Amino acid sequence: MNKKRHGVFFRLYPMLILFFLYAPMLVMIRVSFNEENSTSKISGFSLHWYRELISTPEAMAALQNTLVLAVLSSLCAMVLGTAAAVGIDAMRRKWAQSVVLSVTNLPLMNPEIVTGISMMLLFVFLGQLLGRQESLGFGTMLLAHVTFCLPYVILSVLPKLRQTDPHLAEAARDLGCSPWGAFWRAVLPSILSGVVSGLLMSFTLSLDDFVISCFVSGRVQTLPIYIYSMTKRRVKPSMYALSVLVFAAIFLLLIAYNVLQARADKKQKKAYRP
Amino acid sequence: MTTMTKQKAAAKPRSAPPRSGYTRVLLNTPYLLWCVIFVLVPLAMVAYYAFTDGSGHFTLGTFADLLATAEKRATLVDVFGRSMFYALIATAISLVLAYPLAYIMAHSGRGAQRNLMMLLMVPMWMNFLICTYCWMNILSKNGIINGGIAWVNLKLSPLGLALPKLDMLNKPGAVILGMVYNYLPYMILPIYTVLAKLSPSLVEAAQDLGASRFQVLRKVTAPLSLPGVASGITMVFVPSVSTFYISQKLGGTKNQLIGDWIERSFMGGYSYNGGAALSLILMLIIVVCMMVMKHFSDGEEGAFVA
Repeated sequence: MNKKRHGVFFRLYPMLILFFLYAPMLVMIRVSFNEENSTSKISGFSLHWYRELISTPEAMAALQNTLVLAVLSSLCAMVLGTAAAVGIDAMRRKWAQSVVLSVTNLPLMNPEIVTGISMMLLFVFLGQLLGRQESLGFGTMLLAHVTFCLPYVILSVLPKLRQTDPHLAEAARDLGCSPWGAFWRAVLPSILSGVVSGLLMSFTLSLDDFVISCFVSGRVQTLPIYIYSMTKRRVKPSMYALSVLVFAAIFLLLIAYNVLQARADKKQKKAYRP
Repeated sequence: MTTMTKQKAAAKPRSAPPRSGYTRVLLNTPYLLWCVIFVLVPLAMVAYYAFTDGSGHFTLGTFADLLATAEKRATLVDVFGRSMFYALIATAISLVLAYPLAYIMAHSGRGAQRNLMMLLMVPMWMNFLICTYCWMNILSKNGIINGGIAWVNLKLSPLGLALPKLDMLNKPGAVILGMVYNYLPYMILPIYTVLAKLSPSLVEAAQDLGASRFQVLRKVTAPLSLPGVASGITMVFVPSVSTFYISQKLGGTKNQLIGDWIERSFMGGYSYNGGAALSLILMLIIVVCMMVMKHFSDGEEGAFVA
């Protein structure tokens, strides 16, 4: 690419879009250090809201629920999804494979609100069958989260499986591995990057999900639901403080990842040069 | 193109892994069961509730009820029309904003690409409720924009000039802004992915054959990026048309969308049947849109291969 051709527009335009995307974050950061108990009137600087955040048990409980749910659901989705991907990949009948793949794609295509209410209807119905008063809760949320994470795991593992040599597992078997050992030692290492990216994607999706959780959560609160219930009345600046912390965590994580990636790239470049 | 043929050639000698039927069944059964129980049965339940009355008898009454009076018909047309209209506008604006950025990203250096990518991912991971709420702060009557205007007015007052205060919240524009803000990255990323993979030799070939920069864009780059555009459009349109939070916060009571209506019928203690019927209509709309988009992207790819 000819660098000289890149004019002012090339430099300015990304800045403008980024400013648009980050405008709320700037507001969030400023308000979180607000001295006043308001999200519109801004003055001074204090850490008051960070202190209050830590001493709000509901917020901490919601945070804990969110993290536990995200860890559990992403791990379940990873195991189930990887097994499913291996199974789908091994399917002999092409039509059956394409049917399963279309069903896998369904939750991705469906609007979240429809997925949410459909699962709520199921859980309420099953709860009535079992004669339970309160059928929605942490368990139903876990099931729902695993369900909407599964397609992402499958779709990130499947391409890796298609790239691996099918004779790899065969060779491992010939050398005396059990079927499980062959998968563990020969297949898994070559699809690992897909499995990990599926896991990470599930984790972030689960962490962030509001719409589906909103319908299947019952009385259990995750962070997004807690924030939602707060925005119905009035949002305290402590919620902004929490979001700023989340923002900082994400940002640092991505920067670290980026630096590592850049280093790996440099190494690769050096390796290519004799 | 070469990469595609290469992939095909590589895929050919590959046969299904030699696994016994037993293992395959063991691997597939849990997932298939899961799909049936948690994907297909719930959707069937939506249809069941939509086509039955409170006591479980088959009826088309739920749909008929939505169209019963002139007033109800007007509401239905109003809400659905508004949802579709807002979502279409938001998708169009996102496309117009996203395409140049994706193009710039694809033509930047490796490091810049990576940094931009990272900066686009962060807003996607932020909680959209809090971000939408921040937009309320920015747009409201006593918000940041009006604060800025007041400050400017203070400076202008000696000159006898004054800018009017803007009342932006609870307007259609605010809802559309919320949609664009929340879903813009989902338009940028697929377009960028396609453009980044586009072989520069195609552009060079077109230039060698005497095409101007605009012609290259119009005849080579744009048609080849259509699959990315199509998937970006669905990724923005589907959540926009079914949102309820954005319209609740930024649209006030006057800008009700399908999502609000569905949410209210389920969470507001009404019967599930009406909400299920609405969800079914929403799904239908989306299926139709997806088919249109699929036709678009497939048709273009097909045309290119031929």
